[in-house]
Amino acid sequence: MDSKTILILRHEFLQTVRRKSFIIMTLAFPLLALLGLGIYQIVSGLTAPAPVSKTVSVGYVDGVGRFEQYTEQPGVKLVAYPSEEQAKAAMLAGSVDEYLVIPPDYVATGKVVRYTQEQELEAPGEVVAALHSFLLDNLLEEQNPEIKARAKAPLSLEAIRLDQTGNVATNQGGFGAFILPYLFSILLIMAIFSSSGFLLQGLGEEKQNRVMEILLSSVSARQLLTGKVLGLGAAGMVQMAVWIATIGVVAPMASAMIGDLLGTLKVPPSMLVLGIVYFILGYLLYAILMAGVGAISTTPQEGQQLSTLFTMFAVIPLWASAFLIENPGHAVAVVLSLFPLTAPITVMVRLGLAEIPAWQLAASIALLVAFIIALLLVAAKVFRAFLLMYGKRPGLKQILKAMREA
Amino acid sequence: MNANHERHAVEVQDVTKSFNGRKVVDRLSFVVAPEEIFGLIGPNGAGKTTMIRMMMDIIRPDAGQVSILGKKLGEGTKDVIGYLPEERGMYRKMRVIDSMAYLASLKGMDSKETGERADELLQRVGMAAHRAKKVEELSRGMAQLVEFLTTIMHRPRLLILDEPFANLDPVNVELMKEIIFDLKKQGQAIILSTHRMNDVEELCDRVLMISGGQRVLYGGLAEIKSRFRSDSVILEYGGELGKINGISGTHQHGRYLELILDGKTSPRDILNQLAGQPITVSRFEIATPSLQEIFLRVVKNGQ
Repeated sequence: MDSKTILILRHEFLQTVRRKSFIIMTLAFPLLALLGLGIYQIVSGLTAPAPVSKTVSVGYVDGVGRFEQYTEQPGVKLVAYPSEEQAKAAMLAGSVDEYLVIPPDYVATGKVVRYTQEQELEAPGEVVAALHSFLLDNLLEEQNPEIKARAKAPLSLEAIRLDQTGNVATNQGGFGAFILPYLFSILLIMAIFSSSGFLLQGLGEEKQNRVMEILLSSVSARQLLTGKVLGLGAAGMVQMAVWIATIGVVAPMASAMIGDLLGTLKVPPSMLVLGIVYFILGYLLYAILMAGVGAISTTPQEGQQLSTLFTMFAVIPLWASAFLIENPGHAVAVVLSLFPLTAPITVMVRLGLAEIPAWQLAASIALLVAFIIALLLVAAKVFRAFLLMYGKRPGLKQILKAMREA
Repeated sequence: MNANHERHAVEVQDVTKSFNGRKVVDRLSFVVAPEEIFGLIGPNGAGKTTMIRMMMDIIRPDAGQVSILGKKLGEGTKDVIGYLPEERGMYRKMRVIDSMAYLASLKGMDSKETGERADELLQRVGMAAHRAKKVEELSRGMAQLVEFLTTIMHRPRLLILDEPFANLDPVNVELMKEIIFDLKKQGQAIILSTHRMNDVEELCDRVLMISGGQRVLYGGLAEIKSRFRSDSVILEYGGELGKINGISGTHQHGRYLELILDGKTSPRDILNQLAGQPITVSRFEIATPSLQEIFLRVVKNGQ
């Protein structure tokens, strides 16, 4: 890369990072993430009952005759009453909060009737859990405590995926493995939209304020194109770095709050490398395309419209993601992974779902790289031919002619 | 001071360029010498801008050769040229000093030197106080002056100015002309493309006029003017003019009279005849047309 390309790169980078819209876009994601967490905390604080400070006392009438012990359960104290009338009177008098009737045929039916004065959607979780435990403890009276504990929580499933050689596979799949590539692909789309938007806007401004003529009298079209794409790419990388750092900070916070949902974010290194490779290739592809669009369009508005044509391709895999999740190995998925315009996003979504055959990855990357190189050569020619045309958008025929000639 | 003194600043040989099958520049040849101001004139759509863009390697000729300071055109020759386009461009949101520095650095100027040079130039036109302003905050004339200064920041060997004086007030026009003359003295070649024929007559040493992409006038200004000298004299006088021999007719132009010679009589004969007449002659000159008139006549003949 020569010194003029670096000058343009530096200029474009600095101009972009200073844009208000860039700063807003970059900070919006962390702020939204934190805001989301904050809202989650407030909402869950509202719905989850305040930690039970006083134990709920529950009266009960034992129609079976074997529920006498284990009346001290976590958060709940059970009080036996000889008859239903006495239990009801105790509740009305306020000495118990509610009462249960365990009918004589309970062991056969499992049916227990609960009486309460509260209007509620359903019985509070910890009361149910305490009753559960109280009944089990009494039913399994003769068993040792370990068996009782197992009966209360009989299954803690841990699934392990083995590869062909029988070793533990690096990619264990599952939600944790899926969520990160999916997030990556969404970030890539956001980065494509914002960076290419800046590229179009910048080119449009330079065409409108006629700086373009001065630029082209100083540097070559290819230097200008390369400098712009890489400068904006660098700005895009900064944006991505901020976003990924946000995930790094927010995900542990979220795991701590929400539970193990996001705590399983273990990403095998191969997936991370592929993610970054596809991210960079995907960005380059779309940035060069957008530069070409910027060169042939006469106003920023027109550029925006034309660019939609291409950004649609970027979004197709996300539209199809429901289908891809169900059928990660389907022929359509393979085609989308090989077609350069859809490959980056499709592969990222598929990475988290199932093993992608090595030949598909190799072919997909090779096609993408070849396409990018060809695109760069063509775009430099289109750039040269049309950057100085004002007022009239060239027809498809002229563009093809320019590509052949230049 | 000029290593390539013996070479041409610009040499254009048989250059042709077509757009969509229409010849915009048609087998055009000319040279520009160092230390001269060269007028590039012609009606709108004559191919001037296309020719200028080809000299800068922004577009390539279909046929023919362009060389700058003896070198074949390429990325390297861009650095020795300074170009002020007709539709001038500046980054409107950037500060004056930053914009000047960035565009000069793209011309290969050392970035350590750009700030000092920009300040020196702004100082010269009395705009030092505006260095930190954004370009969009400047008046139109001021912005144009800054654009001109940006063009000469990197001390180009060849300066191409497209309508540099449009939109400027007379004071700034004089200021810019002064700088242009200074640059010429320092050995720079300057190509001036303009429709203001008075400026061409005032500034240019030689002139190229193109029309329909072809060369229709080319040479020293004085030589061209004498070539277009009509066979007539201009007379301004007081009193009653008697009969004069050897003329084929007269034209009254407001305050002065044009005497058209019959081809056998010289201006000196006429002067001798006038000396014997009872009139006071306040002006007697051999009629040379203005560049404006030559321009109009050439364009008309071409059609």
